Amino acid sequence: MKDFITPDTGTQIGTLALQNPIMPASGTFSEDLADVFDLDVLGAHVLKTIMHGMRAGNPTPRVCDMPSGMMNAIGIPSKGIDDFRDRMLPYWAGYGAPLVVSISAHSMDEFVRLCEAVSLPGVAAIEANISCPNIEADGRAFAMRPDTTHTVIERLRGCTDLPLWAKLSPNTGEPAEVGRAAQDAGADALVVANTMLGMSIDVASRTPRLGNVMGGMSGPAIKPVALRMTYQCARACHIPVIGCGGISTLEDVLEFLIAGARAVQIGTATFQSPTIMARLVTQLRDWMAAQGVSSLGEIIGTLEIPQAADGVWA
Amino acid sequence: MTHSPTVMSVPVPQGLRARCSEATCRVVSNTPVNGEYRLLVLDAPPEVLDCQPGQFFQLLCPAPENEHPFLRRPMSIYGYDRRAGRLEFLYKVTGAGTRGLATLRTGDAFNVLGPLGHGFSMPDTWQNLMLVARGVGLATLAPLARLAHEKGRKLTAICSARRADLAMSVALFESFGAEVIVVHDEDASSTPEALRPLIEARIAQGTVDAFYTCGSARLLRLLQTLATTHGIPGEVAMEQQMACGLGMCQACVRSFRVGGEVIQRRVCREGPVFPISEAME
Repeated sequence: MKDFITPDTGTQIGTLALQNPIMPASGTFSEDLADVFDLDVLGAHVLKTIMHGMRAGNPTPRVCDMPSGMMNAIGIPSKGIDDFRDRMLPYWAGYGAPLVVSISAHSMDEFVRLCEAVSLPGVAAIEANISCPNIEADGRAFAMRPDTTHTVIERLRGCTDLPLWAKLSPNTGEPAEVGRAAQDAGADALVVANTMLGMSIDVASRTPRLGNVMGGMSGPAIKPVALRMTYQCARACHIPVIGCGGISTLEDVLEFLIAGARAVQIGTATFQSPTIMARLVTQLRDWMAAQGVSSLGEIIGTLEIPQAADGVWA
Repeated sequence: MTHSPTVMSVPVPQGLRARCSEATCRVVSNTPVNGEYRLLVLDAPPEVLDCQPGQFFQLLCPAPENEHPFLRRPMSIYGYDRRAGRLEFLYKVTGAGTRGLATLRTGDAFNVLGPLGHGFSMPDTWQNLMLVARGVGLATLAPLARLAHEKGRKLTAICSARRADLAMSVALFESFGAEVIVVHDEDASSTPEALRPLIEARIAQGTVDAFYTCGSARLLRLLQTLATTHGIPGEVAMEQQMACGLGMCQACVRSFRVGGEVIQRRVCREGPVFPISEAME
């Protein structure tokens, strides 16, 4: 047997201590997964985005395949705040893992109202999904620009004492600036990132493959984009970054940690393999033990960039 | 190398067992059944064989050339045998997923997730059962017919197809003691207009306590009418495109009419079997 060490997989997201860095991405997780494995092995539980009122969601088809990934236009069907308070919150209180509630809205006032309403005992953190269209800004997502990101996060910061995570969008040309805007407005952590806007057409019928015409790409195909943004945000900001986008294997998890993420969210991979998160928790611990890595601090943000030698392309 | 079927090992809460499992099965055979269908027989671990007729699996289909079936494909169970360790799917090659399935060869490892969803019910008051299905929908009703036979229920099976020789599972239904009526498009015996008097004659004889159906919106509509007119209950297995198959993603919703209201339900979770009276197209 190798030198025996018990690696510490714990990680700290602001004031919130997680037993390991593996958690679900919003929208790919629900109590239904408890049919497959013990959900308390996870670092945190991140719920599907809720909006204030009842919403039906988009027309079907809501999902389609693409090479190394999928697209979705589910449309945030939501049973609203009452269902969250009366049914979901008591259910999740039965678990030990911290509960992260994802919220979204189409306007600033609606966002604030919802944020106040979900700031309840039993909620460990609020993830603000600022990637959905803002009706007051011609349908542009809050997270597309630093100024709208700053405004919405500042408003949310003012109405909750819970840790506030800002979930950024890859549909921006200035991720570091958006990340800094969220940080300056009082976010406790950044989740980097969300799905990328895409589209697919069935040639035979000349119809869109998604009922909503456009949808969000996810899965391994977008992993390099999410990894690049994680690196950019971790470099630009001092608050913790949580990587999210196409993470499917232990190597993917390690890549995001090395790029500077303190934790990761697993989304689409769970659709292909619903056991993946439980297996990643075990694989990470086993890998750390085998490598003699005693804590995640020895991995996070340890990217080494070789100095360009003469004759190598600048 | 021969692969032994196994389930993915994951922690489950103390005292409980997983309701469904992700398992690696071994392909026993994958052969054409007639011009349109193929039968996939798997060597499967016991953890995934506690099945109910009408339930389904999510299959991780291999990629056929130049295609990318990234998401799992839902497929209803054609046969399961816990003692023999066998799991069977009858499928028609129609898209990237099933084209990938057709490439599986004997001995290949194959990842399945299941069993999933809620299957058919069979209360004791339903002694005389009428099964009405079309195309691959007949495959979904095959394990139901087996269970009905084991429970000593009387069966009538109306098998609809484009051509008489494409009607699936006729011999199988007959082996379960069913009266099998094959109807097809070539002589127009499969139209609702032709089927209605046929079914109503049996209702008049008192030999229909309940309907089961799958695979045709037209048949569903007909049975909904007959169910209402004659006060006969029944169940339908429905389809919808899925991503997770567990209820998390909410991709597979359909509308149902329940107590005068139209509500959305997930086919994977609340279904895939629903009361005929509540189904909508």
